[in-house]
Amino acid sequence: MMVDERHSDEADMVEMSYAEAIRSALDIALTTDERVILMGEDIGVYGGAFQVTGDLIHKHGEDRVIDTPISELGGAGVAVGAALTGLRPVFEFQFSDFAMLAMEQICNQAAKLRYMLGGAVSVPLVMRFPAGSGTGAAAQHSQSLEAWLAHVPGLKVIQPATPYDAKGMLLAAIEDPDPVMIFEHKILYKSKGMVPTGYYTVPLDKSEVRREGSDVTIVASSLMVHKSLEAAQQLSDQGISAEVIDLKSIRPIDKDTILDSVRKTSRLVCVYEGVKTLGIGAEISAMVAESDAFDFLDAPILRLGGAETPMPYNPDLERAAVPQIDDIVQNVSQLVKGER
Amino acid sequence: MTKPKKANLPFAIANYSPDKLKDALRKMLLIRKFEEGAEDCYTRGLIHGTMHLSIGQEASAVGSCMVLDADDQITSTHRGHGHCVAKGAKASRMFAEFFGKETGYCRGRGGSMHIADFENGNLGANGIVAGGIPIAVGAALTSKRLKLNKVILCFFGDGANNEGAFHEALNMASIWKLPVVFICENNKYGMSTSVERSTAAANIADRAVAYSMPGVTIDGNDLSAVSEAVTKAVVRARAGEGPSLVEALTYRWRGHSKSDRNRYRTKEEIAEWVAKDPIVRFSALLQEHKILTNQDVRELEESVDKEIAEAIEFAKESPAPFASDVTRDVYTELT
Repeated sequence: MMVDERHSDEADMVEMSYAEAIRSALDIALTTDERVILMGEDIGVYGGAFQVTGDLIHKHGEDRVIDTPISELGGAGVAVGAALTGLRPVFEFQFSDFAMLAMEQICNQAAKLRYMLGGAVSVPLVMRFPAGSGTGAAAQHSQSLEAWLAHVPGLKVIQPATPYDAKGMLLAAIEDPDPVMIFEHKILYKSKGMVPTGYYTVPLDKSEVRREGSDVTIVASSLMVHKSLEAAQQLSDQGISAEVIDLKSIRPIDKDTILDSVRKTSRLVCVYEGVKTLGIGAEISAMVAESDAFDFLDAPILRLGGAETPMPYNPDLERAAVPQIDDIVQNVSQLVKGER
Repeated sequence: MTKPKKANLPFAIANYSPDKLKDALRKMLLIRKFEEGAEDCYTRGLIHGTMHLSIGQEASAVGSCMVLDADDQITSTHRGHGHCVAKGAKASRMFAEFFGKETGYCRGRGGSMHIADFENGNLGANGIVAGGIPIAVGAALTSKRLKLNKVILCFFGDGANNEGAFHEALNMASIWKLPVVFICENNKYGMSTSVERSTAAANIADRAVAYSMPGVTIDGNDLSAVSEAVTKAVVRARAGEGPSLVEALTYRWRGHSKSDRNRYRTKEEIAEWVAKDPIVRFSALLQEHKILTNQDVRELEESVDKEIAEAIEFAKESPAPFASDVTRDVYTELT
């Protein structure tokens, strides 16, 4: 691929939704690389359960935008085999929860094949996981399982939070030689942002400081980036300066960006939607505790994660099960004021 | 394919050159002696871990793979040494893998259960029952999509026929008419549980009906019968007509793995199957049709013995991996 020729003019930006940005990336990849295929349930004429693939089937045909039977394990395995032998499949799980039916192929096969075979092969596979709560779909359609997959060496696991990153990281993922798992929060699909119309990539292993601050570092992922930014705005009214880091990738974790920030602010708060215990926040906390940044801490590390419960249906309970803006404001405020 | 004057000959005799038939017997012997050598090394503590021996099943591996072109591909199983040899792997690099050495097919990272040989089209053994079946279908999707004209042979055991992955993969292969041949090596037991106790269908080949593909049950210890059935399936696959299911009835002489105490089958049953030794049968067939003499067979055996001895020496003398390389190849190095 002639990467340089495909770089878009940065000035050529338009407003797109997160879903449209993903579709734009898929369209570019299908157009420029004949090895790329899309696979998933109802991604063809239906356009995908969240209208991400939209009308791509009409442009690229049913041989490349492939509706699979409702066979998550088999479908994922076909994608692994295709990736192993020369195609570049992008596999969509209809809901990330359904990926549990395919864990064997994801974790035992895709993640391990390169290592088990002594480096003789790569598995250039992309899988997309619509994730998260907030849609009233209850316990089997609302989970945030990214930490599960991030526990598996051999996988790369990312959580783009903006339309710009959703497109640029997906294009990078399709070019990456290893399996990349992309967790897309369903609530973000309709969020808007400025996105280049052409080709560009965003690194798969870098976090980004979304808001600079000096009193506390909030490390957030996916939808929680937006909640944390809103919380940081409210905190500034109280005179608290919060730095917000958009984690973007949880395997690998961009250690330097986090440690640099903690050395500067001397306080760490992790905000994530997955269940709190043994989650992303535990790893980031340990990473800081094991480093010299620990010596800079002026307060205990705080984790705000999902409640220790299956996702409830009732909307008030559903909100109560994941960190909300008010929770972030209140907890960060107490931490900075030494009230915790 | 079969010429009229040869109509009454066994398929293999009628369709393959003497050299090809001789090579088939040599590969069967190589598999047998490779596994006997591996077992011996294990007993002497030279190989650790475990292994799943296919002694007694050599005809299905060789009879299937001899049908393929060099570019065609296979997926294999935890009982995969035979498939690997049949597809052209070197005994030396296989032994090196068993010994955990850098010269092994997987540089000592995979061991017996994960041997692959991409150069020769072996996409890999698999430690998960039925794990390779969807992968074979994916390889067939690649072949069709990129017009590579490759056929993929997908080996699995009787135990795999009750895994969801088997059913999902056969269904997709059929609806998309992919060039894949499913070869079930039915050796009567999934570890200790017999097919009768585990499988509702009378024959595993009957499962094919549900996926609108041909299904056939054959004597898996008869190399000629195996190559005949697989040839039909490969011709169909290459013509774009879709997959087939071939059930080869066979038997593993040894236990499931090194922990097996053979509590679930009788000595009489084992003896009955040892009497149906596929190598003895194929060797007799070749001698009956004057393709080889008894002396030729003895010479083949001696040359295989020598190859195995040299392969074990190669493995012993090969360098081990460095502990500092433990995380190498988890990800592709980006340059």
